[in-house]
Amino acid sequence: MAELLTAPDLVAPDQDRTMILNMGPQHPSTHGVLRLVLEIDGEVVVRVAPDIGYLHTGIEKTCEAKFYQQVVPLTDRIDYLSPMHNNLCYCLAVEKLLQLEVPERAQWLRVLLSELTRLNSHLVWLGTHAMDLGALTVFLYCFREREEILRIFDDISGQRMMTSYFRVGGVALEPPLDFHDRVRRLLKTLPERIDEYENLLTGNPIFINRVKGVGLLSAEDAIALGVTGPPLRASGVDWDLRRDMPYSGYEKFQFSVPVSNDCDVWARYVVRVQEMRESVKIATQALDGLPEGRIKADAPKITLPDREAMKTQMEALIHHFKIVTEGFAVPAGQVYQAIESSRGEMGYFAVSDGTAKPYRVHMRNPTFATLQAIEKMCVGRLIADVVAAIGSIDIVLGEIDR
Amino acid sequence: MTSATENEQGQQRDAVLQAHGQNPAVAALQAKLPKAVLDAQFNLGELTLTVAREEIVNACRTVQSAGFNFMSDLTCVDWYPNHPRFQVTYHLLSMSLKQRVRLCVMVPEGDPSVDSITSVWPAANFYEREVFDLFGVRFGGHPNLRRLLLPDEFQGNPLRKDFPVEGYR
Repeated sequence: MAELLTAPDLVAPDQDRTMILNMGPQHPSTHGVLRLVLEIDGEVVVRVAPDIGYLHTGIEKTCEAKFYQQVVPLTDRIDYLSPMHNNLCYCLAVEKLLQLEVPERAQWLRVLLSELTRLNSHLVWLGTHAMDLGALTVFLYCFREREEILRIFDDISGQRMMTSYFRVGGVALEPPLDFHDRVRRLLKTLPERIDEYENLLTGNPIFINRVKGVGLLSAEDAIALGVTGPPLRASGVDWDLRRDMPYSGYEKFQFSVPVSNDCDVWARYVVRVQEMRESVKIATQALDGLPEGRIKADAPKITLPDREAMKTQMEALIHHFKIVTEGFAVPAGQVYQAIESSRGEMGYFAVSDGTAKPYRVHMRNPTFATLQAIEKMCVGRLIADVVAAIGSIDIVLGEIDR
Repeated sequence: MTSATENEQGQQRDAVLQAHGQNPAVAALQAKLPKAVLDAQFNLGELTLTVAREEIVNACRTVQSAGFNFMSDLTCVDWYPNHPRFQVTYHLLSMSLKQRVRLCVMVPEGDPSVDSITSVWPAANFYEREVFDLFGVRFGGHPNLRRLLLPDEFQGNPLRKDFPVEGYR
């Protein structure tokens, strides 16, 4: 096991054979501000030490100073590619502490939007990953579809990226009138669009040569290093929280979990592209079966009242005033809630001391752990393969540094 | 803590352990390290086992061989000004059983240190560095215990409760 631990600080070697190379924090393939310190022998990587923290903003500390409902917008900012997953995980954790039942319509809306978020995130991953490896066209194709998803987010929540649409006890608003038609149109076109991307990459010899057999990670190493999500499934471990430990009503949906035994960057590509197809299926089911009913739990002291009720009923006005000025108290306790985000297991550990502010919120973010596997993937390979390996773990520095 | 409340806590622990005797983690710990479990709680469907500080590596190894193959998360809670102050928390997952268990270690303020579990799960590497960085809890036997998120010259441990949210100016 010891060989899986990231090497201590890399200092300049006292011989002429190897040298230290800083990759990042401003390298375009590091997707943000990741700094990798590489020790190289010619063009072969000998050791890798990731250096993170450039985007650390102390979100966990800030959470402790906010009311429970004020933390929701903070969770958006952790992972700017899948804000809804962060919203969902946080809301589920607080709802578990409150033992609050969420109405079915809200649950289905959450599933629908989670899957759209996964598509959004995977589209950005596919575009940038292919661009890192020299296939520039795919980026433009992916962003065309991503733009439509962001427009839908804009319509439903008023924000393209920092949606804050899921709230404790339900979702913020009823979807707009043309929501169904737009999502339906999008979901109809997506399968053939995914075929288009695959046409550009799956048979492309340049792409295949860059990714096949690169960045190998065995199943045991993946589990020992805390790797989750598509990289874990690409190493042959059949594990998906949506199916194995369902939350928010996922047990009602039919989908398959793509797994590959190739353990390389290629396998991660195949698994993610398959996952996009499965997401389309889940989202279609959620749209078809979207039940009618309330979008917020019937808990006037926790969920904000409707605007209409607030303006006509004294009691609703008082509840609104109380929630906004004093928040709502959450019974003391500790919960760990995990969901399958686009990158793997996202977990929120929430501790309450019985007041209206969380005592502690800790986010377990998938790529934070997955990044530890970068050394295992890169050692003994060429520098160019490091770029492929970083892309294959779909790294988002915002969620690593928080 | 008076002996009466201690007694009460012991009874509560035994009741929880008995109720969850079927749980592989509880069964393995009861069989191999009967004295290591100091407290057991079952709330909101989640099982929390508080383990003696010096036994955490053994406890992790025992629970790992009982089928909890995956370390999901490792973090810390600062209970300032209560004693013991720090609660280092381990979230373990069993993929075959589809179960989770939470292990806790209480760490006193005067000597904030606990043994590193990187020998059991290398995944703990970054997590322990993060806790060291933000809480100042040291992990004995960690191969590279340095600050992870904050710059090396940073003063203080921001997630401690006595560190102001706005920082020191």
